[in-house]
Amino acid sequence: MTETVTLPEQAVHKQPLIESPLGLLAELTHRCPLRCPYCSNPLELVRAGRELDTETWQRVFDEASALGVLQIHLSGGEPTVRRDLEALVRHAAARGLYTNLITSGVLLDEARVAALDAAGLGHVQISIQDAEAGSADRIAGFAGHARKIEAARLVGAAGIALTVNAVVHRQNLERLDAMIALAEAMGAGRIEVAHVQYYGWALRNRAALIPTIAQLEAATATVEAARARLAGRLTIDYVVPDYYAELPKACMAGWGRRFLNVTPEGKVLPCHAAETIPDLVFDSVREHGLAEIWRDGAAFNAFRGTAWMPEPCRSCDRREVDWGGCRCQALALTGDAAATDPACGRSADHHALRAVAEAESHAPPPGFAYRGFPR
Amino acid sequence: MGAITEVCVPFFPRSVKLIEDRARGRWVLNAPERVVVPDDTALEILHLCDGERTVDAICDVLAKRYNAAPTTIRADVIELLQELADKGLVKLRPPL
Repeated sequence: MTETVTLPEQAVHKQPLIESPLGLLAELTHRCPLRCPYCSNPLELVRAGRELDTETWQRVFDEASALGVLQIHLSGGEPTVRRDLEALVRHAAARGLYTNLITSGVLLDEARVAALDAAGLGHVQISIQDAEAGSADRIAGFAGHARKIEAARLVGAAGIALTVNAVVHRQNLERLDAMIALAEAMGAGRIEVAHVQYYGWALRNRAALIPTIAQLEAATATVEAARARLAGRLTIDYVVPDYYAELPKACMAGWGRRFLNVTPEGKVLPCHAAETIPDLVFDSVREHGLAEIWRDGAAFNAFRGTAWMPEPCRSCDRREVDWGGCRCQALALTGDAAATDPACGRSADHHALRAVAEAESHAPPPGFAYRGFPR
Repeated sequence: MGAITEVCVPFFPRSVKLIEDRARGRWVLNAPERVVVPDDTALEILHLCDGERTVDAICDVLAKRYNAAPTTIRADVIELLQELADKGLVKLRPPL
């Protein structure tokens, strides 16, 4: 008697019917004590002095709510470095927006959790880098594993729902079962097991991170067994790596269709990696309203709908299933953001992609290039 | 979770909120990384899940509203609540 959201679809090849976004990812800051080599932030990080102030973020949330956004994901960097986080949560919650805090957890203490709870925080997502502290701290480039476990305890004690996010790759996959068990022990109702997606920092570190196909298959089997064992106790969401896929993912559920992303300095992006596409111009909330940017912004209309697609995408019967896959990946691997996503078996570049994955994953892993501000 | 009975009290876990989606003229369940759209029947039941009414009490309200027998309504109500409970969108507790 329920269904997940389906909004009216646009007519094929006609002017796209612009739907309202459902979710907004608010990257409040790029500051973070962790230095994960697969960080989703861009290579060029925004410094504190250029971050939006409290009032501007609150206006963005007002505009998002008016535009139809239902969920605000408060992320970073590490969003808890913002001292106004509680004020932002309170403001969003007062407008009926569902607030989700995406955090490493390492800066949370009891008082902070209580304040966020009182502000109306809906949900917390804490990342883990591995199941054991030594490896987790090495991957994060920061000794934070034990603090994450304590943060999860505080969140649970406050009665706030918790998701654990586990990014998996060749250097931690053998402990996937233990990571799932850790999430359960941390009191999570849900775990996201997410294979690294290769843009930005992760692309730079691809050879150190990409698993072999055998590792991937073992991980998938582990997830399936855990799902059966933990049904009703722990929900497991699983994101597979594109490099071994035959079909592309419906990245962001389609460009400019359901989600938008606001960077620390106020640029509005169709996805968090969109700034890797050099020809796109991104409007800022400092100069324009959110609705105007969503509807008329050049970056949002660049790949919205299906009219921009080349063949074989344009006539593909999956064009409104995967919406052409990922533009950032197409750019990163072919040099053309409008090309068919190489993750797709119908892309001319698909076999080369698979060959890179197999070669890199079987070679000894190089050291990490940790995320950080330029010196 | 055991079978849902007439004396159970359905309620929303703190991470799930039934809200009006004004931009689209409908009500939705806002949940972690999910938005669930109930149909009209489901929505009517969800509005009655106030953390105090038992399944039976919800059926009684609906039975009066539609001039129907509570027993015929009960199967639909339990089916919906079971579906939502399986997805973690509602919880059930014994009556106080």
